[in-house]
Amino acid sequence: MCEEEEVYCPELQDTTQGKSLGKTCMKCKESSAVLLIRAGDAFCKSCFKEYFVHKFRATLGKNRVIYPGEKVLLAFSGGPSSSAMVQQVQEGMSRDAPKKLRFVPGILFIDEGTTCGMSHEERQQNMSEVQNVLQQTGFPFYIVSLEQVFSLPGSILQRGVPEQRANYKQEVDRFMVQQQAQGETGCSDILENLAKLGVNVSESSRESDKMFQSTCRHPPDTHTQKLIQLFASAKTLTAKHQLLHTLRSHLILHIARTCGYSKVMSGESCTRLSVSLLSNISLGRGAFLPLDTGFCDSRYGDVDIIRPMREYSLKEIAFYNRLFHVSSVFIPALNTKVLENSSIQQLSEVFINRLQADFPSTVSTVYRTSEKLNVSKIDANQGTCAKERCLLCLSPLDTQVGEASAFHATQISHYISQKILMKFNDPANSSGKSCCQEGKCCKGPGYGDFCQPRALQAPSFVDMLCYGCRLTVKDLQSLDALPQYVLHEAEHRSRRIEMRKEIEEFLLDKDEENLH
Amino acid sequence: MRVQWFCFFLSCLTRRVLRGGAELLFDGIKQHQVTLPNQSNPWDIRQLLVWIRHNLLKERPELFIQGDTVRPGILVLINDADWELMGELDYQLEDKDNIVFISTLHGG
Repeated sequence: MCEEEEVYCPELQDTTQGKSLGKTCMKCKESSAVLLIRAGDAFCKSCFKEYFVHKFRATLGKNRVIYPGEKVLLAFSGGPSSSAMVQQVQEGMSRDAPKKLRFVPGILFIDEGTTCGMSHEERQQNMSEVQNVLQQTGFPFYIVSLEQVFSLPGSILQRGVPEQRANYKQEVDRFMVQQQAQGETGCSDILENLAKLGVNVSESSRESDKMFQSTCRHPPDTHTQKLIQLFASAKTLTAKHQLLHTLRSHLILHIARTCGYSKVMSGESCTRLSVSLLSNISLGRGAFLPLDTGFCDSRYGDVDIIRPMREYSLKEIAFYNRLFHVSSVFIPALNTKVLENSSIQQLSEVFINRLQADFPSTVSTVYRTSEKLNVSKIDANQGTCAKERCLLCLSPLDTQVGEASAFHATQISHYISQKILMKFNDPANSSGKSCCQEGKCCKGPGYGDFCQPRALQAPSFVDMLCYGCRLTVKDLQSLDALPQYVLHEAEHRSRRIEMRKEIEEFLLDKDEENLH
Repeated sequence: MRVQWFCFFLSCLTRRVLRGGAELLFDGIKQHQVTLPNQSNPWDIRQLLVWIRHNLLKERPELFIQGDTVRPGILVLINDADWELMGELDYQLEDKDNIVFISTLHGG
């Protein structure tokens, strides 16, 4: 199939040069342009490459969050943006790069085929295709299936302790000195260098790599069934998307933690970020916009998510991949071939793209707005309320707000609209409680559910969530389908809260402590 | 009476992987090489889209074509150059032209 393309190549160049409507590259002002980045900014092929590569390094250089020698996990989905990201890292690592990137990359691919009803064979085919692409990068890679969320530990929902790092410049100096010393001793083994730096790339982690790869081949059927059940229990596509996003982030976090990666690179483009900015506002996640769309997301404490592709539009990425033959793998997802109004996320994407077609500065305007957003004061004093984080997304809870807030208004309206229902059920409820204490149930199984521990737990489970995650959970038919680690952690937390209440009287207040 | 040939790739095309989303609407075929019927006026992209819609699209044409142009979010490359530089819908096709459609939409 590609041969034809090659055969046409010489002719193609002639025709493009003849027909670019006289447009030349705005940078070198010599070659004819192949791509219009913004209105009036036409680039030729070589200037575009330079611009693209420079932007990646500039984004990383400007933000200074990746320390030399640090292990960085590249989250690869197979799509164009993450493929371009992996390629950029490869480019930066290559010998002829003017300033080599100094971190140690690894790649993670999560197979989510189950969520959109793919057969085992189709998934195998996708995975082998991904494997082919990843093998060519030469980086260590992990292929993991989403089913693994069912074997995650509850600790994944606890915030890690951020590693104390010295000043960036000092770290870089130290790294340089170490590298020089290494050069003198003639030892060029990068692994040893890392071991000196205290980064864990031991053989054991290599073994755990193998373990991940082998388990991903055949996820247990029970887990696949559970996953199907979980996604079937979500009533809307919007909730399915959010659920998938949550589970995926937990799995990425887990792999990053177990394999010793302290940074994760996620390949969201600025087009995608503007879409998620709008959809997150609509989903009630406005309080976390700086975390969800910013360059560096440090909500997990020990593992930071960074988004180095956020300066590129999808158009630039698509052109780069096409012009410089970056392989990507197409894998159908939840939103393949769905109606435009099937989910909030889809609708926001259509909205942004339509506006962008008529007003080419839409994406950049929305994106620049997101850049100006800052973490709210809730997160600023995170030291004091570190424990109060959403059970699912681990963002600082946005539900502790004053009486005169939109949140309380919705709570009250929700309560009132339930009141009618409650009245209807009231006798059953009160009698249910009393009879349960006696150890027997006086009502049928339908009413009996009321005094089941799970039903009693439901309100406290919801209390542990942020507003956005509450809406997602509301769209789930039952909480039982959620993976065990979520339920365990919820139980763990509620027990802690209870315990805290019990011993509250004996605890010294911080202010009191200071007085003594 | 000129016979027009062009290769018709769908998706992010690379030497190895020839998939990228939009092909799902075309019966899973990524690359089409078609001969357009002769007509008195030269073919332009606008007419080509109508022709594709009638002859190649297997399902859900609105996911690919909306109005008389492509759905917002689908990029068009004419001989590996941005169609915005080539006059978009008014570009007149020539023999052996190579048109690529790339979907930047999530989910293909």
